[in-house]
Amino acid sequence: MKKSYKIEVDCANCALKMEEAAKKTEGVKDASVNFMALKMTVEFEEGADVKATMEKVLKNCRKVESDCEIAF
Amino acid sequence: MSKKQKKVLWRILIAAALLVLLLLLPLTGWLRFALFLIPYFVIGYDILIKAFKGIVNRQPFDENFLMAVATVGAIALGEYTEGVAVMLFYQIGELFQSYAVGRSRRSIAALMDIRPDSANLLGEDGEITAVDPDEVEIGSIIVVRPGEKIPIDGVVVSGDSSLDTAALTGESIPREVRAGSEVISGCINLSAPLQIRTGREFGESTVSKILDLVENATSRKSKSENFISRFARVYTPAVCYSALALALLPPLVNLLLGRGADFTVWLYRALTFLVISCPCALVISIPLGFFAGIGGASAQGILIKGSNFMETLADVRTIVMDKTGTLTRGSFEVSGVHHASLEDKQLLELAAHAEALSTHPISRSLIRAYGSEPDGTRVTDVREISGQGVIARVDGREVAVGNAKLMRAVGVEPIDCRSVGTVVHVAIDGAYAGHILISDVIKDGAREAIDALHEAGVTKTVMLTGDIRAVGEDVAKRLGIDQVKSELLPADKVEAVEALLAESQKGETLAFVGDGINDAPVLSRADVGIAMGALGSDAAIEAADVVLMDDDPRKIAKAIRISRKCLRIVRENIWFAIGVKLLCLALGALGLAGMWAAIFADVGVMVLAVLNALRALNTSRL
Repeated sequence: MKKSYKIEVDCANCALKMEEAAKKTEGVKDASVNFMALKMTVEFEEGADVKATMEKVLKNCRKVESDCEIAF
Repeated sequence: MSKKQKKVLWRILIAAALLVLLLLLPLTGWLRFALFLIPYFVIGYDILIKAFKGIVNRQPFDENFLMAVATVGAIALGEYTEGVAVMLFYQIGELFQSYAVGRSRRSIAALMDIRPDSANLLGEDGEITAVDPDEVEIGSIIVVRPGEKIPIDGVVVSGDSSLDTAALTGESIPREVRAGSEVISGCINLSAPLQIRTGREFGESTVSKILDLVENATSRKSKSENFISRFARVYTPAVCYSALALALLPPLVNLLLGRGADFTVWLYRALTFLVISCPCALVISIPLGFFAGIGGASAQGILIKGSNFMETLADVRTIVMDKTGTLTRGSFEVSGVHHASLEDKQLLELAAHAEALSTHPISRSLIRAYGSEPDGTRVTDVREISGQGVIARVDGREVAVGNAKLMRAVGVEPIDCRSVGTVVHVAIDGAYAGHILISDVIKDGAREAIDALHEAGVTKTVMLTGDIRAVGEDVAKRLGIDQVKSELLPADKVEAVEALLAESQKGETLAFVGDGINDAPVLSRADVGIAMGALGSDAAIEAADVVLMDDDPRKIAKAIRISRKCLRIVRENIWFAIGVKLLCLALGALGLAGMWAAIFADVGVMVLAVLNALRALNTSRL
């Protein structure tokens, strides 16, 4: 399942780091951050709890970029 | 500017003013140190906080952390001015970046300003209420006043008006609509109010599909973007380790050789490295360039579904085109009347009347050429002979209209036609009266389109058609197409494209152009599939990688030129940014460039790269 979320982030490199962090999150099969559209597309693994996974994604993203925001 | 940006701007101004003031005052010792800390904290406190968080989260290559190390190091070495200045310029760069990106994001959104704000729903009591387009159900009646955008696809119920499709196609030729016409969202109603019965939900309407496509286009990353992501991942750690090596190795070597260690000199050079370690200029300018290119293309009615397709399009050397619907109009028209024993117009009139009741495309084109609706009362005794034609009595004369077989059946010897196309013979009262030539019409601009492709560096143009060889070769010759494959079944087209793909060289790509209706397999088989005349056709929008909103074949070459320009800009930025950074690293290591040069290189390169990337937006003269 694929979903896309609106994000807030200031710089392009930070967006790249968020993408990396999201990809490594448990329950996420693949993730891609579109800095120009300020959107994050997340492909979840089968059976993953979307809300719980997104909370983990946000936590991991905050580790690399402390003032980022994901709307979910 | 956003609130956040304004705050940063104020901090920059205050810190800059303080810095200038302190430079003018004759300060020494601890007082000087303490006073310099004021502008330093004003401009850098958030960086220092983020750097601390970076350490807590074990992110050693966080750019805030690196910036903090570089500036604290500079201050520790007594280079107060440089410490503050580096922080100051770093913030200026960040501010410019976020401002420029925000601006370009908005200007690209403005180019694609086709999203309707509301729909005027007509209630049963005749009252009009403005609602969110999302809330309009299928089959509702909406009112669109002159000057407004049509919010949802549907059919006109009442009203005569013309529509401006420029926002969708890039061409501003108005389209006439009346009751019964299908209309698509995104067009602007020009002259009179229209009532429209919606045929789709907003989310399924053309506007939503196009916006969705453009917004998601940059999610499909190109090779350049992937290269930059990989580069950024190694670049920062590599520069940091080099900085560490630079701080430790030369002094140690000096010590071993028994010379002065010069710790502070090498430490300063190492800190210079840290200032250049952020790959921001590269990381921002590449996606921005593609985003601008895709935005600029969509303003011309060319939708490119991803940066990767832009890259493929720029390398196209072989273009394979479908004939019907791409190069020809796909509507059969009378192109000549030969050997007529009476006036051409009279012959057409009789033929059109004889065929008046038929719905065959050939009959329709005869009636179109005649110019007005045939008068049914003049026609009697209509006999349709399957596979041959029609025999009817028109104004009391027996008129036979059909192929050579029909002529022989009525005892007339037809005269062969030397031109290519479908030939309709006519016999009147048992005597040969001439033949009418019907052929598919080549689109306006098709010849220019092929010439433009050759000019744009396409080395091979190929036309595929299901038509007979003679027709295919005739069209190809008139258009200047290099190669033609005719009498193909739909499945043969895939094979033909595969054969051409096998022939093409490495680094060169093949594009297929079709109308997207029944060539989806070929569109997906080619390196890049281009569908044209896609306005209102979902199938085409789904199947293709590049979508031309109208059916002008000249747009193919334009799409290639736009991609080339975009790719050129992206490559310029890659080489420019990497080049300047490497140069500064080299000069920094040798002690020829200090922190000032480093921070100017970092911020200046980014500003120039961003400005250069925005050039991709300008596509109107390509």
